[in-house]
Amino acid sequence: MSDHTATLEELTAKGYQFGFVTDIEQDTVPPGLNEDVIRLISSKKQEPEWLLEWRLEAYRHWLTMREPDWARLDITPIDYQAISYYSAPKSDADRPKSLDEIDPEILRTYEKLGIPLAEQEVLAGIRGNVAVDAVFDSVSVATSFKGKLAEKGIIFCSFSEAVHEHPELVRQHLGTVVPQGDNYFAALNSAVFTDGSFCYIPKGVRCPMELSTYFRINAANTGQFERTLIIAEPGSYVSYLEGCTAPQRDENQLHAAVVELIALDDAEIKYSTVQNWYPGDAEGKGGIYNFVTKRGLCKGRNSKISWTQVETGSAITWKYPSCVLRGDNSIGEFYSVAITRDRQQADTGTKMIHMGKNTRSTIISKGISAGQGQNVYRGLVKVLPTASDARNYTQCDSLLMGDQCGAHTFPYIEVQHPTAQIEHEASTSKVSDDQIFYCQSRGIGTEDAINLIVNGFCKEVFRELPMEFAVEAQKLLEIKLEGSVG
Amino acid sequence: MLKIENLHVSVEDTEILKGIDLEIRPGEVHAIMGPNGSGKSTLASIIAGRDDYEVSAGGIQFLGEDLLELDPEDRARMGLFLAFQYPVEIPGVNNLYFLKAALNAQRKARGEDELDAMEFWELVTERMRRVQMDEAFLKRPVNEGFSGGEKKRNEILQMSVLEPRFAVLDETDSGLDIDALKTVADGVNAMRSPERGFLVITHYQRLLDYIVPDVVHVMMDGRIVRTGDKDLAKALEAEGYALFRENPEPAIAQHA
Ligand SMILES: Nc1ncnc2c1ncn2[C@@H]1O[C@H](COP(=O)(O)OP(=O)(O)OP(=O)(O)O)[C@@H](O)[C@H]1O
Ligand SMILES: [Mg+2]
Repeated sequence: MSDHTATLEELTAKGYQFGFVTDIEQDTVPPGLNEDVIRLISSKKQEPEWLLEWRLEAYRHWLTMREPDWARLDITPIDYQAISYYSAPKSDADRPKSLDEIDPEILRTYEKLGIPLAEQEVLAGIRGNVAVDAVFDSVSVATSFKGKLAEKGIIFCSFSEAVHEHPELVRQHLGTVVPQGDNYFAALNSAVFTDGSFCYIPKGVRCPMELSTYFRINAANTGQFERTLIIAEPGSYVSYLEGCTAPQRDENQLHAAVVELIALDDAEIKYSTVQNWYPGDAEGKGGIYNFVTKRGLCKGRNSKISWTQVETGSAITWKYPSCVLRGDNSIGEFYSVAITRDRQQADTGTKMIHMGKNTRSTIISKGISAGQGQNVYRGLVKVLPTASDARNYTQCDSLLMGDQCGAHTFPYIEVQHPTAQIEHEASTSKVSDDQIFYCQSRGIGTEDAINLIVNGFCKEVFRELPMEFAVEAQKLLEIKLEGSVG
Repeated sequence: MLKIENLHVSVEDTEILKGIDLEIRPGEVHAIMGPNGSGKSTLASIIAGRDDYEVSAGGIQFLGEDLLELDPEDRARMGLFLAFQYPVEIPGVNNLYFLKAALNAQRKARGEDELDAMEFWELVTERMRRVQMDEAFLKRPVNEGFSGGEKKRNEILQMSVLEPRFAVLDETDSGLDIDALKTVADGVNAMRSPERGFLVITHYQRLLDYIVPDVVHVMMDGRIVRTGDKDLAKALEAEGYALFRENPEPAIAQHA
């Protein structure tokens, strides 16, 4: 009869598909962290004095802080002196001006990942209407479609470039949503961040295409500390997607990013993430530590920020994309699918801080645990005394595959206004043999049946993703789940 | 087309089927009746390929193949269908998508072209009219929130779309109102053909007024204790199972 175990081993052996290493010359700063390293990073990037000062301030603050208490995470201590804080492809000495100047090895890497840098590919419709900024280790290597966006006054470039070309915008907004000393990893990032994406949508402009950044960690022993800043002026709209992969290595690598979003009156930012960092092997060796601070500020009236995330990778994920709903009638949304298998651990969720009147937030969290994976939802809904008529709806669903995995839900609710309406629903279910058998009896094979059932479970989140990425997320989930039910 | 010989099946050391012999030829409709817990659904599950059971002796042949060697999906692809006594809910997966995935998986396995969205829509809406189901059910998640009767009707819809060569209906009539019963029976009768076989499990003679069987079997305690024509069902309705309890006689004579 059906022999699931054989398929399981076969398919698990396939493992992580993006674990290759690119062989290029890298300019890497020796491991260690002190003020000189920060000065070096800043000078390599030819940064203005104020930014160096900003970094040093963050660093000094970081020194006074303690690593967070890991709650449900089981983590090997990180040696911050063993990490290299800057690594760039050598060719970056004189930054590439166009795609032709990019090291072909890097282009091939991105090709392998299925990310088109070359605009002709995009124009040929292979990946649809998406502008891409690609970050390779510490630096941004290429941004496509820049010209077309510039026509509308949209700025979409690497963070470093923004520091040089648009210093006033960067200086005005940097750290206004996630202050330097916000938390341990945000402080570390503020001190040593190397690159990232910058995006500015002018007043009344609807960004005509998806903006997208791909992050790739390549060099060994490096951390990746990127910083993303998105500003949506009044009445503007942008949809942004972030994707990530890393080579397969035995040691853990640290990824500590900061993302700041600012939405002014009537503006809307949709931020979608498909995270597929290397999760470590089946025994829990290696993998990325993904400690990320993501926060959006709904600064203006009627503004809206929507986070959608599909978290499939990393050894440990620690991440709470949040919304500060300051403007009256502003809306915050969080849609999340987090999947853990083998020894992966995910502690993720959101914070919705209601400050303005009549603010609304929606949280839909779907956790999938397979193998020995551990999945935690941790969320805070806070209604401040200024927030009359605030409303929140939270739904946390967990799906268990197998009996060695776990799902845990920690909803925190703090309400300081009597008119608040808070709703919370939670469920835990299993992919049942009955469901699989039912599909099989209709001619659908086991693997397809599992995919079908899991996709059904994730539907409310997937439908929030831009079309082409929803398809990608589904595929990723399929790869991820192969052989997960024996 | 389906031949069961001396089938013994147990679960956790308890024998549930204690030697079943049954042969169904193309074009035939057989009915099985029997008290609760006599093993009817177990037989249906074994035919469809559920692997919670242990077959300790005997076997099943379907279209000349050793059925027990095949995965459930391969049985379905050969044209076997089971209408479940308790249809399963699949949240988030809409009925339309599910049906299309099922039909195309079967067509693909048989080397036929997959149907595109338009072709499938035409097929499925035509079949829905046959079982008098509203199109709204296509957008709803598979069986989720369906009433008992709607679930049963949905099974018949699936059968009409998949057009199996042999179908087992496990108490598809239970929980149906009179009109729904007629609709379901019409759905089955519309599919009756010289090439297609049916095994209808039911507690009620009433269904057999609409789907008239060629052969009726009475199953008790894991055995077929009597086999006859449609009048056997009527006798059963009149007398109950007590008759067979007191005086069980071997039923295999006809099929040996
Ligand atoms: N997985 C199982 N584990 C333990 N016992 C089982 C299992 N499956 C079936 N049985 C037992 O086998 C017997 C036959 O069950 P089955 O469902 O085949 O009966 P049935 O004839 O379909 O009854 P009904 O008319 O009530 O639907 C019952 O006593 C049932 O409890
Ligand atoms: Mg039964």
